[in-house]
Amino acid sequence: MNQLAARGIRFAVTAIWGGAAATCLLLSGCGGGGTDEADTVCIQNKGSDTMVNVAQAWAEEYRAVAPEVDVEISGGGSGVGIAALIKGAIDIANASRNMKPEEIEQAKRNTGKEPREFIVGHDALAIYVHRDNPLNEISIDQLADIFGEGGKTTKWSELGVSIPGGQDEIVRVSRQSSSGTYEFFREHVLNKEDFKLGSRDMNGSKEVVELVAGTPGAIGYSGMGYNVPGKVKMLKVATRKGEPAVEPSVASALDKRYPVARSLLLYTLGEPSGETKAYIDWILSDAGQKVVEESGYVPLPADMRHK
Amino acid sequence: MTDPSPQPTAQFSFAVRSARRPTLYVLAERSLTALIYACGISAIFFVVGIFLFVFKEAAPVLFSDRFSLSQFLFSEQWYPTSELNKRYGVLAMTAGTFSVTALAMMIAVPFGLGAAIFISEFCGPRLRETLKITIELLAAIPSVVWGFIGLTVMSKLIVQLTGAPVGVNILNGGIILALMSVPIIVSIGEDALKAVPDSFREAGLALGATRWQLVWRVLLPAAKNGLLAAVLLGVGRAVGETMAVLMATGHAVQIPHGILDSVRTLTANIAAELGEAPAGSDHYRVLFLIGILLFTITFVVNLAADMAVRGIRKK
Amino acid sequence: MFAETPFVRSKRRSEAFAKWLFFAMSAAMVLPLLLIVGYLFVKAAPSLNINFLLDVPRRGMTQGGIWPAFVGTVYLVFISLAISAPVGILAAVYLNEYARDNWLNRMINLAVINLAGVPSIVHALFGLGAFVYAARLGYSILSASLTLAIMTLPVIIASTREALASVPMSFREACWNVGATRWQTIRAVVLPNSISGILTGVILQVSRAAGETAPIMFTGAVFFKAVQKGEVFAYHLNEQCMALSMHLYTISTQVPGVKESIPFATAVVLLASVLLVNAAAITLRALMRSRKKW
Repeated sequence: MNQLAARGIRFAVTAIWGGAAATCLLLSGCGGGGTDEADTVCIQNKGSDTMVNVAQAWAEEYRAVAPEVDVEISGGGSGVGIAALIKGAIDIANASRNMKPEEIEQAKRNTGKEPREFIVGHDALAIYVHRDNPLNEISIDQLADIFGEGGKTTKWSELGVSIPGGQDEIVRVSRQSSSGTYEFFREHVLNKEDFKLGSRDMNGSKEVVELVAGTPGAIGYSGMGYNVPGKVKMLKVATRKGEPAVEPSVASALDKRYPVARSLLLYTLGEPSGETKAYIDWILSDAGQKVVEESGYVPLPADMRHK
Repeated sequence: MTDPSPQPTAQFSFAVRSARRPTLYVLAERSLTALIYACGISAIFFVVGIFLFVFKEAAPVLFSDRFSLSQFLFSEQWYPTSELNKRYGVLAMTAGTFSVTALAMMIAVPFGLGAAIFISEFCGPRLRETLKITIELLAAIPSVVWGFIGLTVMSKLIVQLTGAPVGVNILNGGIILALMSVPIIVSIGEDALKAVPDSFREAGLALGATRWQLVWRVLLPAAKNGLLAAVLLGVGRAVGETMAVLMATGHAVQIPHGILDSVRTLTANIAAELGEAPAGSDHYRVLFLIGILLFTITFVVNLAADMAVRGIRKK
Repeated sequence: MFAETPFVRSKRRSEAFAKWLFFAMSAAMVLPLLLIVGYLFVKAAPSLNINFLLDVPRRGMTQGGIWPAFVGTVYLVFISLAISAPVGILAAVYLNEYARDNWLNRMINLAVINLAGVPSIVHALFGLGAFVYAARLGYSILSASLTLAIMTLPVIIASTREALASVPMSFREACWNVGATRWQTIRAVVLPNSISGILTGVILQVSRAAGETAPIMFTGAVFFKAVQKGEVFAYHLNEQCMALSMHLYTISTQVPGVKESIPFATAVVLLASVLLVNAAAITLRALMRSRKKW
């Protein structure tokens, strides 16, 4: 028994040394650069949480088109993707907001390449409330008064509605500050002013919609692709009080009648080439745009598509 | 005892020479010993390394004039990405961390110590083993699973039972954290009670004390250092927990006024924003500074726990 | 003959009360575990089958399985184990066999305790700063595994140390007396007699590493990566991977329209793997205790 254990130990010691040696080898091997793989190509894609579902669906579909191409998708927010692109750490950044001039400047300084922008679809930033909320439309000013720093609206009765169940306090559901949705909302609804503190800042668009669905007094914002019919309600939005309110839809997002419509963007460093170019071309083709539509967003009109 | 160094005979010295180990073997053993020493010291190296690395990333902003430490600690204004006026105040999140931890401890300490007392004083060996294994399994549940439970199960229950507008709040996070920190309180607490000599118990029982009196008057005072350590380690666990509170506390930057308010904790704030902050930006560095704050809190708590435990060892 | 006096009766009652009170408190700890596991299983039932484990996520992660995440977790766990097991075991050998009681070793003890107490998110900060940026490993499986390895090191150190300490001193003395060196003693006597305790530590490390999310979120775990169904060698060391814990987080917070049972089933798979691994460690430890010869 003891001899067996001793043999076991000898084996374990050998294994430990072997493991250590292997680890060293791996470390040095990876430091040298792992670009010598000819069989698979890896496209790194990172950014917007709004787009993470559509990006994932592209990657999944593209596997059938080009099995040798691996696409890695990370979320985290448009800011994350753009920051990684500036460092040259990824191939494609997904963004639900435009790159800021200083970010473009930084990217040029860091990598010597100019970021190239691709519009791959459109989205309406929908305002969600609980399905039982009697409110049907809202104006940008009212939203700013609810969400913005210094805004005075904190009760539903101030908007002239009462919530079934008696909750009067407005539960503000927002996004964490890395999200492009957050920045887009701040820029276009709050006019670059800051948010009021104390909102529930969710980490994903889905979490926003789920929280709103479970909370009668809640109001939140997210891409229209996250709508769950029957559980939440999308409000019509007017630019100013008194003006006609527009429902978020494919048509109103495309012709920008809906006041908080935005483009879904991809950024690359310089003109893309090789597999990255092929991937983006495919995204811009009918097949890629079909995925956009299936994910709940607004595809590009036929004349703007590739081929 | 004979003289340890007699004159060696020729035969004896020959025997010694032949028993000498091969040079290669001696070298191998020396290098192995060096490796073992290195590994032993690695723990210090890692802890200091973690502190230095995190501090190094945080330092440029800490010593810049754009940043004031008192604002960082005592302002509740957290606007890391504002276009007009960036403000980095973590008071609301510190309050969040402390409120969730305090609630968790209010639940976990009585239950944890109660369970520790039951396991060490009141139950038979078989039940004891079962309970200990169950509590060990409770400790093994990953924090993201706890967070998921908080998000999907607990939040609905809380809305139904309390009528709170939102189910992700201090109460939710506190209960989840209590369940997460109970195992460590039970196991360390039980060790502390086991360390009380049986003669104490025998003396108490001989005086006619009931077991309730025994626990209350004899065991708790005798084991108080160890029990304190157990509670402190529970606090350390609760303060440092990330994923569960990220998902269960509602993530709102505000000073809470009741246990049904949503809060954001220091850990959850780092987890939510670290990915976003471009490396090297002020925001990124302030998040590392929050890391230093957390490191310091848990370091002090763990140090206190260690000193409490050392207290019992000395006795 | 010996009728209870009121005093004795009240004494007996207070005893019984104390017992039941403490029992209720213990039960309050055990019940949640059973309820939670039971509830998760019931909710997960519609999706739980072998195909869920082997299939890749489909239709925008709203359907299909969890294979890439499962394989990713296995990769992360084993690579982190390959790093932390040798270091952790040797560190425990140092602490138990070589260290004398001086200030250096008190520092090491303190460091081990604190390493265990450092919040996981601070490990993530360290991993991001040290491995991803400073060591230029980038966001990769390797960075994530290294971060996990450092984080789980105290688990291995603590239980290996306990196992080594349970080997009686007389065993070592006997070995030294026949002329063995310190290392020979360790290899021939100490380690064979504590091997199951060491394995317990290794297993616990596996369970801890499998469940962690925060340290890998910023160092090497991705939202999605296209992998073939059932493909085992799905990742390279310098790529990022999916992981079960991260996958549970993302599908429950970020992906819309997921079939309700899928996040529950993912949680069950994660929970079941972790609990099974822990059960293995507990069984091994029980076995070790019953086999003990001294």
